[in-house]
Amino acid sequence: MTSFLQYTIFGIILGAGFAIAATGLVVTYTTAGVFNFAHGAVGMIAAFSYWELVANHHVPAVLALVIILLVGAPIAGALVERVLMRRLHGATAERPIMVTLGLLVILTGVATIVWSPKSQYQLNPIVSGSFRLVSINLQYQQVLTIGIAVALVIGLRFLFSSTRTGVGLRAVVDDPALLAMSGASPDAMSQYGWILGFVMAALAGVLLALTQEQTGISIVAMTLLVVNGYAAAIVGRLKNISVTFIAAIVIGLLEDYIIYYALPHLSQSLNSDITLALPMVFLFIALVMLPSVRLRAVGRLSTVRVPRMPSGKESVLGGAAFLVLAVIASVVLSSVVVRGTNLLNLGGEVMALGIVGLSLVLLTGYSGQVSLCQFSFMGIGAFLMGKVAGGGSLLGLLAAALVCAVLGALVALPTLRLRALYFALATFAFADAVDQGFFQDSRVFGGGINVGRIILPGLSFGGDRSEFLLLSVFFVLVALLVLTIRRSLFGRRLVAMSDSPAAYATVGLNLAATKVAVFAIAAAMAGVAGGLYATVNGTVGSADFGFFSGIIFVLFVTVWSIRTVSGAFLAAVTYVVLTTFWSTGLGLVAGAGIILIGRAASGILGIDRLSTLLPLPWVRRGSAAGGSGTLAGIGTTSIGGEARVAG
Amino acid sequence: MTVAPVPVPEVIPATPPPALAIRGVRASYGRIEVLHGVDLTVPAGSVFALLGPNGAGKSTLLSVISGQMRPTAGEVVIGDKPVGKLSTEKLARTGLCSIPEGRGIFPNLTVRENLRIWTYRGGLSVKAVEEQTYATFPRLAGRRGQLAGTMSGGEQQMLAISRALVTDPKVLLLDELSMGLAPLIVSELYELVETLAAQGKTVLLVEQFVTTALLVATGAAIMVHGKIQQQGTPSDMATAAHSVYLSS
Repeated sequence: MTSFLQYTIFGIILGAGFAIAATGLVVTYTTAGVFNFAHGAVGMIAAFSYWELVANHHVPAVLALVIILLVGAPIAGALVERVLMRRLHGATAERPIMVTLGLLVILTGVATIVWSPKSQYQLNPIVSGSFRLVSINLQYQQVLTIGIAVALVIGLRFLFSSTRTGVGLRAVVDDPALLAMSGASPDAMSQYGWILGFVMAALAGVLLALTQEQTGISIVAMTLLVVNGYAAAIVGRLKNISVTFIAAIVIGLLEDYIIYYALPHLSQSLNSDITLALPMVFLFIALVMLPSVRLRAVGRLSTVRVPRMPSGKESVLGGAAFLVLAVIASVVLSSVVVRGTNLLNLGGEVMALGIVGLSLVLLTGYSGQVSLCQFSFMGIGAFLMGKVAGGGSLLGLLAAALVCAVLGALVALPTLRLRALYFALATFAFADAVDQGFFQDSRVFGGGINVGRIILPGLSFGGDRSEFLLLSVFFVLVALLVLTIRRSLFGRRLVAMSDSPAAYATVGLNLAATKVAVFAIAAAMAGVAGGLYATVNGTVGSADFGFFSGIIFVLFVTVWSIRTVSGAFLAAVTYVVLTTFWSTGLGLVAGAGIILIGRAASGILGIDRLSTLLPLPWVRRGSAAGGSGTLAGIGTTSIGGEARVAG
Repeated sequence: MTVAPVPVPEVIPATPPPALAIRGVRASYGRIEVLHGVDLTVPAGSVFALLGPNGAGKSTLLSVISGQMRPTAGEVVIGDKPVGKLSTEKLARTGLCSIPEGRGIFPNLTVRENLRIWTYRGGLSVKAVEEQTYATFPRLAGRRGQLAGTMSGGEQQMLAISRALVTDPKVLLLDELSMGLAPLIVSELYELVETLAAQGKTVLLVEQFVTTALLVATGAAIMVHGKIQQQGTPSDMATAAHSVYLSS
């Protein structure tokens, strides 16, 4: 009985930490209408800044908290709103997702440079000492965490329901133009919202860091620790603070009970996998339990400049030209080694990753479904390629395609009724759960699995040159397939579904079937890409398909152009070159790229105006005579593109 | 000797300055110009109806007046002050109340919370705003805790127009007040418009339904293809509107 009580109290303490993280997410969503994927990264930066001040520069803990919470976080929040978020008014639904993911990878990239992951970062509690409660030893620090969580919930409820500023913060998400007509500044309100969100993230980061007394804090763990709060925030539908708080406590309790009662009965390695994957499993369950989204026929229309579709003949000619260039490249690059790296093998990696990029073109570019788990399918494909028929067999590729298609359909089925943000979150949860619970398991990739080069009857692709050419052929074939799909009736359905799900459903088309089909096709493509990728270097490991790497790759495709084959290819080139020669800068470049692109949904390849590219406040947008017309949602016009419902 | 009669100076009645003057206003969405030099004068204390078919540019003109959209040329003057460079919120604080078509309320806030937002106009207490609103629209009192977006269209429009009631604006812009509402509700709302005008407020009404607007208007203009085509008394405009609507 004592142990049950102990686990319960510890579960509540754990839940209180989640609650602080989750309420911060709810605050940002309520006041800015944006799910801030960088919430955890902001908390991580705050935690490391706290360590820097207290442990490294011996600043008193309270003063450090004041500096972080009342100076650093508010300035950062205000800057992020002014430079990044204000430009996103009227942008398509996936823009805020991409920009906050960009911020996430930038912050983790900066943190990696400033605070070396090889060092230890230990923190002492703000309040030391403990007391006994019914034979359980409780630290004052733990009680402080619970107290802060409760105070925050009460304080935020009061702010949002009983003060004019709080109501204004909610109103700005509803209708910024109307808020301006009522005499309040929507820009100022949005900025207050981001400031509040950043302060909450920083507070959560520092408090959660203090719970890591024994292990010390690390960049990845701190960034993902806040993910524990995601599930609670989703249960609270990203708007109800009280429900979020209760959900966080329940999740804390469940996690504690599972860890102490259920996991000891499992094998040790499985035990550790489940522990790591639990937050994401909770998030996935919370998403699946959400009620179906109502199809909305009205919404803010925003335009996307869509690149011209090449005809069938043009596509074939383009593919042939690409292959000729590949042959020339294979001759020129043959035996060229730069800094110990064989460039032909790098070229092979580019082709394989290019296919993953193509899967994103189909899924996100054409059908508007944001997927953050294409690297998971790629990793599964690589694993199957290594395990089926002794490795390097076409049967492995077939297995990769089939298994990933089925898995893709299984991921899509429970979540396809959700709107874009929740769908993206579900893929985010799936990606992390697969990474933590499967790829990181020593029995899966271990130190890396060996995969031979592909052997076809009478043909050997053992040489680097033939391997590169084989992968180039695969890339061209998949690119032609994607373009053929886009030109087909199914492709037009994808674009129609993306433009207006409500209109799609009301003309009698099956929304669910289309979503599952496209997700399964894209997953199969990523699986095949993984299988091919595995054959390039002969060995692959879990690091090749990491959770963050997957996000960074999606960002690169978005930066170049998620609607074109060229965008997928250039993203693969950028990713492979940076990973090989400047891996530290990988996240920084991807994040900076997505932030520079801002609201330009068509990426670099679709940009026709400098004003779209630069996020500088004095560079005005061209719509509505350079004014604030977009506030009213009237500053958007269809310029040779598609109008699509955002939000 | 005859004395030449001393000329008696002609007495020119002092006319008050117009409450709202629009001079040569042009505006465009991107490269597409939709207002091609609009000139309009709205006398103080009048109810002025701006009529015209769909796509004439009426709502765009209201967006320009309320500061949501910058004109590419021309100026907007309220009282004697050019306001073309003021932001929407500053205009609201200086006495312009704009109620846009179909979205004059915050649907995800309760009635009471919507009323709390109206106090941004300055110098207003929540209590006073609530009392005045509920006294005019008793139906809203019973809905004070309800999400505004879940009320009927008429109740939503009552809540929207309550902003004009409680914030004491100098100029009131109303865009398609009657859109989608039952005739009884429309006449109730227009009675309020007349009351507001009687209190000295200047009202610029944008309506597609000519007869509804001209019943309360003291002056009117017809806008077609981004320009004011005719301006005059309500009865003149009633006649003119027929030919405009039928030809457009």
